Amino acid sequence: MTGTENSIGWSREEMAGRVAQDIPDGSYVNLGIGIPELVARFVPEGRELIYHTENGLLGMGPSPEPGEGDPELINAGKRQVTAKPGASYFHQSDSFAMIRGGHLDLCVLGALQVSQNGDLANWSLGGPDDIPAVGGAMDLVAGVKSIFVITQHCTKDGAPKLVESCTYPLTGLRVVDRVYTDLAVIAVTPEGFQLVELAPGVDFDTVQERTGARLLPIAEPTSNV
Amino acid sequence: MIDKLYDTASDALDGLLKDGMTIAAGGFGLCGIPEQLIIALRDSGVKDLTIVSNNAGVDDWGLGLLLQTRQVRKMISSYVGENAEFERQFMNDELEIEFTPQGTLAERLRAGGAGIPGFYTRTGFGTRVAEGKEIKQFDGVEYILERGIVVDLAIVKAWKADRAGNLIYRKTARNFNPLVAASGRACLAEVEEIVETGSFDPDNIHTPSIFVDRVVQTISEKRIEQRTITERA
Repeated sequence: MTGTENSIGWSREEMAGRVAQDIPDGSYVNLGIGIPELVARFVPEGRELIYHTENGLLGMGPSPEPGEGDPELINAGKRQVTAKPGASYFHQSDSFAMIRGGHLDLCVLGALQVSQNGDLANWSLGGPDDIPAVGGAMDLVAGVKSIFVITQHCTKDGAPKLVESCTYPLTGLRVVDRVYTDLAVIAVTPEGFQLVELAPGVDFDTVQERTGARLLPIAEPTSNV
Repeated sequence: MIDKLYDTASDALDGLLKDGMTIAAGGFGLCGIPEQLIIALRDSGVKDLTIVSNNAGVDDWGLGLLLQTRQVRKMISSYVGENAEFERQFMNDELEIEFTPQGTLAERLRAGGAGIPGFYTRTGFGTRVAEGKEIKQFDGVEYILERGIVVDLAIVKAWKADRAGNLIYRKTARNFNPLVAASGRACLAEVEEIVETGSFDPDNIHTPSIFVDRVVQTISEKRIEQRTITERA
């Protein structure tokens, strides 16, 4: 738990759990570094996902037990992981063939900004002295079939992260399919941001107020409202 | 029978270095880096280097060692955020960076080693990465032209080699190494174990000997960049 979370809506863990619910059984999935990594903890019982990490492992398992790590078995966040039965190792060109070639079903990424047409900015605040360093994010958004974003709805300063158009340097154009925040699940549609689900105790007006673009109401009633 | 084995990392570099050259290095973070060849490069004093590598090491290990001694003029990398000396030199305009997404870097090395001077990719379209590059539409979708990379010298880390130079990597330490090996006009491999030629099952070789010119056996420290602190899933 961090002190920056809103007092209403979902916690980071609940956000990750909400994303996990929407990942179909048998999907090949790449989880970004940070909050997206939490998603693996909440995969519903009986559902099997195959995790890809872009430094060259398909079939990634959880962190090793203390003392059992291997310095040559790491994930893209450079942390030690394990390999599950059926896993494979490969070089970077093959790894990005899986990504760019459209073979991965889903990628979950963090965001600095998402625009209403699905543009994503998630690698730089664009300061003049910022070191350009994007890793694999531009390749992931260019090639993976579905891109989910998991992020706090607003910055620590209260600025909306869902905006009409991004002001930070872009990672990709029209790439985001869904956004999971502490307040709501929001789809990116040809008409713009469309509410899919509200976090418990959160109403439409609250989400609209904290969103920097027009929000369309939920398309059809669901039992969650 | 062909024997590409050299006694030490310095011996393996002998005659291959000149100031201003371009060197590609395998590794992701500190995993699978040719750590002893990097130390030998530092000790050689060769300078004004252009280095192609996904990362730039940390301050006191990996390619960070060559930054400390100011032997690097330019880096072609995808992610260099974990090195304070890199940041200092970059902000003082002492070090140039050619910003390249990770998958594009991998493919540029693969293409260079495969004799392909350029290729089109969707990665980076509409972003800073595309600035100044040719854009072409295929089937109604825009792609950007990226260039293959061929380097003067490739340095890689493998798990095992035979005396002919066939290489086998281990787990995620493979990463960029096979691509880097093929991108070099010359390629040096540092390995943990040397076996007699003919010991490997030909089905299991990752980098065939034709891509490797010299081999040296070293003892690897295999430093860990990030200690795992996340809970078990």
